[in-house]
Amino acid sequence: MGALGKPIILMVAMYVFLKFVLPYIPGSAPLPSSLIVLYLLLTAAGIVIFQTLSGESKDAFWGPMQRFLTGENIGGMQAIRYAVLILFPLLVGWQTYGSTAASDVPPSESRTIHPAPPGEYTGLSNPVQKTPENIMQGKGFYAAFCSPCHGANFDGKGPAARGFNPPPANFADPTTIAMLQESYLFWRIKKGGVGLPIEGAPWKSAMPRWEAELPDEWIWKIILGEYDGAHQSPRTWE
Amino acid sequence: MQQGVGTIERALRAVGGHGGWLAGLLLIAGWLALPSIGLAAEGATTGPTEYRDIPYIGSRNLIWIVAQLHLLLAGFVLGVPIFAWLCEVVAWRGGEKRYDKLAKEFTKLLTSAYSTTALFGGILLFLLVAFYPKLMNYLTDIFFPSFLLYCLLFLLETATLYLYWYGWDAMQEGNKKTLHIFLGFLLNFFALFIMIVPNAWATFQSSPVVISDGTAIERAWAATWNPTWWPINIHRLIANVVLGGYICGAYAGIRYLSSRNTEEREHYDWMGYVGNFIGVFGLLALPFAGYWLMREIYQYNQQMGITLMGGFLSWLFIIQAMLIGVLFLGSNYYFWLGITYRIPGSESKYRKPMLWMLVSLLLCLAVWMTPHSLVASIEEAQKMGGAHHPLLGVLGVMSAKMTVSNLMILITFMSFVMYWRAGKQDTAGWATFGKAVMGSVLVLASIAVIVLGVWGYFVPAIVRINYFSTSQVLIVIFVILTITPLTALLLKSAKTTTEMVWGSMPPRAGYALVLNAVMVILLMTLMGYARSSSRVHWHVYGVMRDSSPYAYSPALGSASLIMAFCTFSFCMIVAFIFWVATMGDKAKAGHGAAKGELPHGIPAMAGGSPDERR
Repeated sequence: MGALGKPIILMVAMYVFLKFVLPYIPGSAPLPSSLIVLYLLLTAAGIVIFQTLSGESKDAFWGPMQRFLTGENIGGMQAIRYAVLILFPLLVGWQTYGSTAASDVPPSESRTIHPAPPGEYTGLSNPVQKTPENIMQGKGFYAAFCSPCHGANFDGKGPAARGFNPPPANFADPTTIAMLQESYLFWRIKKGGVGLPIEGAPWKSAMPRWEAELPDEWIWKIILGEYDGAHQSPRTWE
Repeated sequence: MQQGVGTIERALRAVGGHGGWLAGLLLIAGWLALPSIGLAAEGATTGPTEYRDIPYIGSRNLIWIVAQLHLLLAGFVLGVPIFAWLCEVVAWRGGEKRYDKLAKEFTKLLTSAYSTTALFGGILLFLLVAFYPKLMNYLTDIFFPSFLLYCLLFLLETATLYLYWYGWDAMQEGNKKTLHIFLGFLLNFFALFIMIVPNAWATFQSSPVVISDGTAIERAWAATWNPTWWPINIHRLIANVVLGGYICGAYAGIRYLSSRNTEEREHYDWMGYVGNFIGVFGLLALPFAGYWLMREIYQYNQQMGITLMGGFLSWLFIIQAMLIGVLFLGSNYYFWLGITYRIPGSESKYRKPMLWMLVSLLLCLAVWMTPHSLVASIEEAQKMGGAHHPLLGVLGVMSAKMTVSNLMILITFMSFVMYWRAGKQDTAGWATFGKAVMGSVLVLASIAVIVLGVWGYFVPAIVRINYFSTSQVLIVIFVILTITPLTALLLKSAKTTTEMVWGSMPPRAGYALVLNAVMVILLMTLMGYARSSSRVHWHVYGVMRDSSPYAYSPALGSASLIMAFCTFSFCMIVAFIFWVATMGDKAKAGHGAAKGELPHGIPAMAGGSPDERR
């Protein structure tokens, strides 16, 4: 049981860590099942690889399983063996049924967060000069139009943010606007959630279509203010 | 009329006994004639024909499958001569005849695959001309001079290959051997150009440049020098070596599993090792080339870059991470099995380092496979506060991916160094100092790669892309270039404590080689699709729009079905080619099989491994 026991304990420990420990680390959240399954698969692959590196470890690992499944010298465990041989296919069948049967649970989302912008926006550069005055003006516009959702600290925690799912983007996170060019932000602010292309479906964005209310110059100034306030820099090629 | 009916009745009676055959023939004839429906439909319209179609499978899918199979075969045919020739040079300079035998065996596989590649190339051309006449007309107009060059190169390549293969035995001694080596060089020289010329046509479709007026040659030259031409050339060149290496490894693995005598087992065990080594050697450099290609695509067109890396094709890169991960794991596993089984007594010494390497590889792989936007149900997304996990979301961006891919390369390189050193004892006076230097270089390099990766989150994207990522790559190259000669120098004077025992690997080593080959084929079909579909609804990006009924991107599930079909078909074609190529050997072996037979006379695949531990 030694060589087989350790892997079983490791798998259980990994599951407990992912399901019940990691989510409670400050700043964390529960992991989706897709990620838990992925990490468990990697753990299982690691166990199989390590245990089959030599003949001895392979026999110690597979031997008990093989003997149990073939019923060779297992004495009083025959009943358990039959139970496993009957229950395992049933479990697989149940799982298959559960994953294919009609259900009222909405499907998992694989939404494209950054759909490609239309061609006419890709070559644009910010026509507004990056001066302290323009940045201040941009921050002013941001405070008036954007901060209710995206937050006064640019962290996506504005007073209205709690009402949205998914929540407004956190610009202070280095994996959001820092990865994008200014032209991309210009397109997203100007066209809003309704202007997302088909690859952005399902269109889950409450972002207004600001072109209806703000002139282009104001939008470019807001972009300057956003990057400055969130202490991020846009992606450039120079 | 009466007479006519009588004739038909007589004919029907005559074929009465063969009704099934006749029905079958009619069905086949009908199926073969199906394209004529498309042709006839187009014939009724006015103006030049822009597209033709084929029922059921569709013109796009057919082109996709044939092009993919042609490219995979071409990758094999262009990759294998590189290391076959290198093996021959090693045998020529070093005097080890077994390398010459190996080079010849590689070339034998090549000759059989070459004609099949050409056959698929011909089929692809006919289909392209038939289904996409407008596009082909446009491309011909631009690239006409390079079409001629390609034909010339093909003739030269074929002639050189024939001379290289059929002259092998006749050109073994003295100046004739030098001539044979030169032929091998020429073969690779022409092969390189055979690859880069059509690369220009494909990359022009993805990243076209403005072509001003001029002569036909000037226009073709301008179109050839498009932004993604050289990144693709380098990426494909390395990928072809990787593909060739792993396929030769898989061939050796299968021959090893089915070998019935000790000599065969020893030979194919060694061949499997060489194949895996070549595959890994290329794999270490491949991510760098891939990164350069993606960088050029982003710089050429932000829209295309985002479609690939952040848009609807970004999920392909998660699958890519998984496939590369399996490839790294499989290659390392094969090295580790080699240490355990080929070098008796090494297992206890290296088991702990292997465990640490495995854990590190898995941690890196976990980071690489973690997407930025997670697949989550609505309930799960609500608990996370969106599609990004607040803690693990940071693992989903390039800074993390670049860091772990570099670390995986370092780990794999160290696996090889460990294998290289196993069973040898250092005798050089400076051995302790040398090992301390190597250890320090490795540790400092790993720390530097991680620090740059973390720092990458806090600097502008351009600093990360231009300086941090390239520094990470340079650090890894520095490690490889420092440790390799130092190890070689140490081993020059080292004492061999345990001789390498070939032919003692367990059957799972052979299966690992086959798995690696399947992974690399799947990887090439996946990323081939990604590169091609990044043009979305354009034949030539931003220039010639696809106005056929197929101007849409298939759902990822549908696309993956075609990729799987291409992978399976290619494996079947390669298996057939290898079967044909080795038919003669088997017949020869059948006459003198008694020598050195295994105790049970059964192949390892059927449980006949001579090693009881297996």
